[in-house]
Amino acid sequence: MSDALILDKPRSPRRPAARRSNFELYSWLFMRISGLALVVLVLGHLFIMNILDGGVHRINFGFVAGRWASPFWQVWDLAMLWLAQIHGGNGLRTVINDYARKDSTRFWLKMLLYVSMVLIISLGTLVIFTFDPNITG
Amino acid sequence: MSAPAEEKTASGSRGSEPPVPDGAITVTVKIRRFNPEFDDEPRWDTFEVPALPSDRVLNLLHYLKWYVDGTLTFRRSCAHGICGSDAMRINGVNRLACKVLLKDLLAGGGKATTITIEPIKGLPVHKDLLVDMEPFFEAYRAVKPYLISYGNEPTRERIQSAADRERFDDTTKCILCAACTTSCPVYWTEGSYFGPAAIVNAHRFIFDSRDEAAEERLDILNDVDGVWRCRTTFNCTDACPRGIQVTKAIQEVKRALLFKRT
Repeated sequence: MSDALILDKPRSPRRPAARRSNFELYSWLFMRISGLALVVLVLGHLFIMNILDGGVHRINFGFVAGRWASPFWQVWDLAMLWLAQIHGGNGLRTVINDYARKDSTRFWLKMLLYVSMVLIISLGTLVIFTFDPNITG
Repeated sequence: MSAPAEEKTASGSRGSEPPVPDGAITVTVKIRRFNPEFDDEPRWDTFEVPALPSDRVLNLLHYLKWYVDGTLTFRRSCAHGICGSDAMRINGVNRLACKVLLKDLLAGGGKATTITIEPIKGLPVHKDLLVDMEPFFEAYRAVKPYLISYGNEPTRERIQSAADRERFDDTTKCILCAACTTSCPVYWTEGSYFGPAAIVNAHRFIFDSRDEAAEERLDILNDVDGVWRCRTTFNCTDACPRGIQVTKAIQEVKRALLFKRT
């Protein structure tokens, strides 16, 4: 940057050039679509777990094992896990972007968020796919 | 500057005996004040002002500055809702002091009226109601709010149909008073957000059929500080003294980005 340019508008702070990335657009769109999907998935989940056939009192190891024997419920729970984690995580990312005052605070809060997202998604996915109903002992 | 620092000015810039018109009622005006030379924190000052129901809030401020306390600092220029200088927070909402009538703020049932006046939020306060507008104008300049066209200059005026003009008619009304941008909760917490006013002025050129830089502006507003930060709280639409449908304009920019139409 030449000196002439700096003197041109001395009090004018400069913004970095636009990154020509559609990330914010897709993240915005994802929130709308995943939100709609989650309304069906979560309300359906709550209805099955808490209201249908005696509700929460019938839930035990056998009930869970029976459900996860079906690929349909595996996919349902997997979709719910991934969408809820990414939807909630992305929402928190925007909150952090809005409210973190310092760049370093913003960076570390986001790192904490991303690590927790990855951990919970991996653990949940692992359980859904490796669940073994035959426990002995 | 030999007067003691903290001493309240005894009179305003036009004397200490103000004319009180017939039928004037006394209202309490609470002003958020800050003098960077003496104050560490902003403070509230309360004044009793005689005023007519037909007065504007700006008249009350003039009364105070001219006859009570000449150190009261605020911006105003045309005083008729056109120049956009006197945006301030009146009773908690952003308004132009020259467009709000006292009769619309009077407490009902014969109760005493208190009017609170604060500087607009989210911009650094220089003194009293006077804020640093530079961050606001920086965001405005960053969206390239001027006609850009490539190729040879036309030999006659750039013709536009009435329908094409209509597409951005609403956003041509902006007077850059900053009432919308400083009513935006996202802007309060993160000043790097372009803010409603900059997006409105980008909208004005993005949807102009004579302009050829819509893509450049859309790229700028597609980034992290652009339109996707908008939470559609409609504070901006509510605050606009020109009645611009600000949130709608922001949504139109989002739609243009989503569906690539301008």
